[in-house]
Amino acid sequence: MRHTISILVDNEFGVLSKVSSLFSGRGFNIESLCVAETLDPKVSRMTIVTTGDDQIVEQITKQLNKLINVIKVSDLTAEEHIERELALIKVNANADDRAEILSVIDIFRGKVVDVSPTTYTIEMTGDAEKVGAITELLRPFGIKEIVRTGKIAMARSPKSGK
Amino acid sequence: MKKNGAQIFLESLLKEGVDTIFGFPGGAVLPIYDALYGVTALKHILVRHEQGAVHMADGYARASGKPGVVLVTSGPGATNTVTGIATAYMDSIPIVVFTGQVPTALIGNDAFQEADIVGITRPCTKHNYLVKDIKDLTRIIKEAFYIATTGRPGPVLVDIPKDVLSASAEFKYPEKVELKSYQPTYKGHIGQIKKAVELIIKAKRPVLYTGGGVVLSDASDELRVFAEKLNIPVTNTLMGLGGFPGTHPLFLGMLGMHGTYCANMAVTNTDCLIAIGARFDDRVTGKIDEFAPYAKVIHVDIDPTSISKNVRVDVPIVGDVKSVLKDMLKALDEIKGRSHAERGNEKAQKDALAEWHEQIKQWGETHKLSYKLDEKKIKPQYVIERIYDLTKGKAIITTEVGQNQMWAAQFYKFDKPRTFLTSGGLGTMGFGFPAAIGAQFAFPDKIVIDIAGDGSIQMNIQELATAVQYKLPVKIAILNNKFLGMVRQWQEFFYEKRYSYTCMDVAPDFVKVAEAYGAVGLRATKPEDVDGVIKEALAVKNKPVFMDFNIDREEDVYPMVPAGQPLNKMLLV
Repeated sequence: MRHTISILVDNEFGVLSKVSSLFSGRGFNIESLCVAETLDPKVSRMTIVTTGDDQIVEQITKQLNKLINVIKVSDLTAEEHIERELALIKVNANADDRAEILSVIDIFRGKVVDVSPTTYTIEMTGDAEKVGAITELLRPFGIKEIVRTGKIAMARSPKSGK
Repeated sequence: MKKNGAQIFLESLLKEGVDTIFGFPGGAVLPIYDALYGVTALKHILVRHEQGAVHMADGYARASGKPGVVLVTSGPGATNTVTGIATAYMDSIPIVVFTGQVPTALIGNDAFQEADIVGITRPCTKHNYLVKDIKDLTRIIKEAFYIATTGRPGPVLVDIPKDVLSASAEFKYPEKVELKSYQPTYKGHIGQIKKAVELIIKAKRPVLYTGGGVVLSDASDELRVFAEKLNIPVTNTLMGLGGFPGTHPLFLGMLGMHGTYCANMAVTNTDCLIAIGARFDDRVTGKIDEFAPYAKVIHVDIDPTSISKNVRVDVPIVGDVKSVLKDMLKALDEIKGRSHAERGNEKAQKDALAEWHEQIKQWGETHKLSYKLDEKKIKPQYVIERIYDLTKGKAIITTEVGQNQMWAAQFYKFDKPRTFLTSGGLGTMGFGFPAAIGAQFAFPDKIVIDIAGDGSIQMNIQELATAVQYKLPVKIAILNNKFLGMVRQWQEFFYEKRYSYTCMDVAPDFVKVAEAYGAVGLRATKPEDVDGVIKEALAVKNKPVFMDFNIDREEDVYPMVPAGQPLNKMLLV
């Protein structure tokens, strides 16, 4: 099963490699990984997507907690959360296809951020499925390049007003 | 007054209470060696190979409980420490390794004697640091010692570039450590502890399975009291030996691949396995699905990652072994205070336990640890037994890895913790001799003996010069069978005696080697020589002694659970 793990770490050199070598040393694959500073510049947030059964993921989270530079680990999969990823998609756009491509982009609430005589570059945000879906619809026109950020995620606030 | 980095480094070690460091100089650490010149408060032991330095620091730490300290140069000096660090990591031994590094401006330039040792040791240290600014030096040293010695102990490496050692700063050693992301759990969860105790007192066939954690947390007294109070038999892992008295009537011997018949049968049939400071290593469990199949499992460990890693656990307790055992004893007293009705049927319970002890006694008697004495050939087990008798069981024993290690574990009875020092997790040949040197530095007046094989001893034999230089009376008992014995044994059992590259009949004359280094060399070729050689070795007071025991070449270690088999499928003598 796919898990989204959110980790607060010290914002120092070497920390990313400590985290990633923990995965590689045990033969666990990282599907995507995002890192950036938090409000506190001494702390960074990593969002890692990995796949494994419950026992493997439990072991991963325990091992992450054991790293000295790791402050907090939460597996967001079990709780309500919002996830997003950003993709830039460069697609062939011949004069005949342009209108159709634009309508696809419109349906997905994407944006054209760069235009050339033969291509559109599209910015797309959404969850992984949405990005996947638009990719499939654009594929027939010929995708020249695609760059995805990988997933970022955040737990939802409790709905009851306590 | 400002001091340079090298002086700050030495002052910091003194603040940490370090009195002995094991090291080898080189270009990148010249500023430290210059600062060391003429210093007497800190004893620097000059080794002959950096791997030896780490094993010595490791042996020092295992024997004394204090952290071992290593100082080496950059590049090859640093990379030579890796096996030693990995050895300490696998066995959770607190050591702090300081490596020199090329100046910060050259890092990443493929400079002379540059190696990314922080990168190389990332997976085999508990934590490691590159000091990029002299302002961080004292904080990092403080943290390094704190991390190495607290929680589940382990090695920490600190890489210090040469320019940091030459830069100057005000020396102010931090009072305390502030690490918000590192707070080991010492106290076990009381609810879980009570649950565990309830399970234990109702168990009909309980067994305590205890490991190196008992030794590391100095909990052997608490363990003994606990076992005696509830009359529960105890088996130790290799790392746990000495954590419970080896001569105690409740002791079943070691369990696992070369464990006793009795211990392995008890663990297979127990209904309540109480694992304390042990981690269910594959050499202990055998086939994991058939390990303790009838048992409820209670697991006490300070490291949450050890729990439910290999075996499902019914009652996990994260905490320091000593603290948890104390709380378990308290919980027991509370239960004793209950009324009769609440305590349930005590008689039935007592009868069941008596039956269990009877069964264990039978197992113990049917297949004792044994070997066949021979009139002409020296049996290695006999050598260990004689060493045990002639040292009255009071020596600190280190081992190499292989048959020598298993025979030492089986035939020397360890009554006290920190008297059996062995590379359990990594299984490092070449560990025992330098570890013995380290232990001898920690306890100059104790008898320290390395039980070695002819293969292993050659892996760090150069440290004989170190032992001679410092007039250390370490004894090295070489069980010489001119084979890499354990591998040969596997080839005998599982590869139709195809002894592929395990025959080592080209070896040096160990007596002459000892003499060449200025040590004492003795040899025994017949059983009747054994006592004389041991006695003569024990009488030597200021130099190391090699005892070359020419043993029966094809003696095997029994019992043996073939890899991947369940524990009750033992090959017996």
